[in-house]
Amino acid sequence: MALLEITGASKRFGTTAAVDDVSLTVERGALFALLGPSGCGKTTLLRMIAGFETPNSGHIVIDGVDVTALPPYARPVNMMFQSYALFPHLDVAGNIAFGLRQERMDRWRRASRVDEMLALVQMSNYAGRRPRELSGGQRQRVALARALAKMPKLLLLDEPLAALDRKLRAETRLELIGIKERVGTTFLVVTHDQEEALSIASHIAVMNRGRLVQIGTPAEIYERPSSRFVADFVGEVNLFEGKLTAGFNCLALAVAGLEQPVPLPAAANLPDGASAALAVRPEKLLLSHTRPPGFAIAATVSSVGYLGGVSIVYLAAGGGRPLKAYLPSASAGGFGRGTGVWASWSPDDGVVVTQ
Amino acid sequence: MIGIGPLGRLVLIGLPFVWLALFFLFPLLIVLKISLAESVVGIPPYTPLITTDGGGLELRATLANFALLANDELYLRAYLGSLCNAALATALCLLIGYPIAYAIARAKGTRRQFLLFLVMMPFWTSFLIRVYAWIAILKPNGLLNDFLTALGLITVPLPLLNNGFSVELGLVYSYLPFMILPLYGSLSVLDESLFEAAADLGARPSRAFLGVTLPLTLPGIAAGSLLVLIPAIGEFVIPDLLGGPDTLMIGKVLWDEFFNNRDWPVAAAVTVMLVAVLAVPIIVAQKFLERERAA
Repeated sequence: MALLEITGASKRFGTTAAVDDVSLTVERGALFALLGPSGCGKTTLLRMIAGFETPNSGHIVIDGVDVTALPPYARPVNMMFQSYALFPHLDVAGNIAFGLRQERMDRWRRASRVDEMLALVQMSNYAGRRPRELSGGQRQRVALARALAKMPKLLLLDEPLAALDRKLRAETRLELIGIKERVGTTFLVVTHDQEEALSIASHIAVMNRGRLVQIGTPAEIYERPSSRFVADFVGEVNLFEGKLTAGFNCLALAVAGLEQPVPLPAAANLPDGASAALAVRPEKLLLSHTRPPGFAIAATVSSVGYLGGVSIVYLAAGGGRPLKAYLPSASAGGFGRGTGVWASWSPDDGVVVTQ
Repeated sequence: MIGIGPLGRLVLIGLPFVWLALFFLFPLLIVLKISLAESVVGIPPYTPLITTDGGGLELRATLANFALLANDELYLRAYLGSLCNAALATALCLLIGYPIAYAIARAKGTRRQFLLFLVMMPFWTSFLIRVYAWIAILKPNGLLNDFLTALGLITVPLPLLNNGFSVELGLVYSYLPFMILPLYGSLSVLDESLFEAAADLGARPSRAFLGVTLPLTLPGIAAGSLLVLIPAIGEFVIPDLLGGPDTLMIGKVLWDEFFNNRDWPVAAAVTVMLVAVLAVPIIVAQKFLERERAA
């Protein structure tokens, strides 16, 4: 049985639907990410699971119990707040013990549980500090320890790494996964950072405008986006809009501004004349100085962005169409600004999206 | 600090001290001086502290006025009466003011502005006139008694005026805003996610209030309580207008000594003792607030 089952949940604020008929299943032990741009309803959905918002319709079932009408304090979930929401008048140990006090756990068990949690997040030496005496990263650990102290069936994390600087974020990401493995709790993470979702989650649900648009593993989401929105939001992408046409000996897309129809992957199964878009990831694009056999687009390098190991090459193709390609920085030297190049890719590296 | 040198800094810090010394410390020292003198008929109606009668300089100070305060039970009862009335008024203001401040702090936008405006609106009318208005409401043939009689709830007017009840009512009515505003101040800055975190960690609303909201608003409670307690202890107008013959408050005793008995030295001694009594809660609260801020 799934740990969390949401069926047809909707939440309206006035006339706008923040969450629109969302159904979702989270398996026990998953690290599930709700991914979407700001305002897509992911935080509202999280708050409905925590009990801070009541859905206008639909049901939320946690571990077989319908919690839709239960107040937050009666739900077997805990939340790590984006602002951390640590109690400023309590020290670190007091913050972690707060939830345990509510269930009237006896003093000795409570003390040992607090110690256990402090050790888990490596904050044992800071038990007596007040939140204001801690750094951002330390506060984040305390917030995590506090939310885990009650051993919730489901831990909700609202943008858990957003308040940290970039380097700390990468380290904390790994730590978060390590802690999750140790405690075995199911994690539901809300994030707007697609890189974060791809790197930590076992499953991702992409949301847009209150609706779920795709659910899958990170690889599925990235390699097989189901819509233009997902292809564009998760990672970088080159999108070719066009109408289906008969190609050389495979299906192809007639794209305005390109002389040749763009070949589609063999698996594409679409009626003739249909509108579709082809999504090609920048790392799939091959650049060469001479025209390769088969399909290729003539373009000019408009700029090169150095990203360390890889560089991103911005191209201008026919009709001013912008393209981007990732190259190992070592081989990007031959593609300076203004260079004329041929861009191509293997037809099976593209993904056809119709929505 | 740009553009002001050490001298400028000295002036900037020194000015408030000069002000306090001139208009607070100096008058207080005069009162202290008078409290050590004897009452005489004349202008001024007290003996000088330093005389040159016997040829040389002679210090003529007496503690007789303070001895009188200690020996005459009236003064002790007046001090205690003031303290009790003020303490009760403070407690009532806190009980009534906290929910009001809470509601204002949780209200949004213009509604919050409007509610704050309502709290401050009484200040647009003179304090004295508002206390007089209570006489019109509470007197035997006043608004309230007439209303209750008209409803048929009572046949004989209730004794609402010139007793302990009306004094307490007047104190609570007059000082309630001074409790609400600092409470609102400390409630409005509380992060709403703290309440949510408490609920999320299993705290029912009552436990969340006791465990989070209340401790975090202690500075507001302390500030509001001081703002009510201190002026309420020394209050003269309310017991004089709304109180009865058995209302014994130190502010009224002070007034009587000064203006009715023209005994400036005893009045001054009462004042010195009043300041001493008031200093205790102020110092305690200051220490508490300092500790809160340091923590």
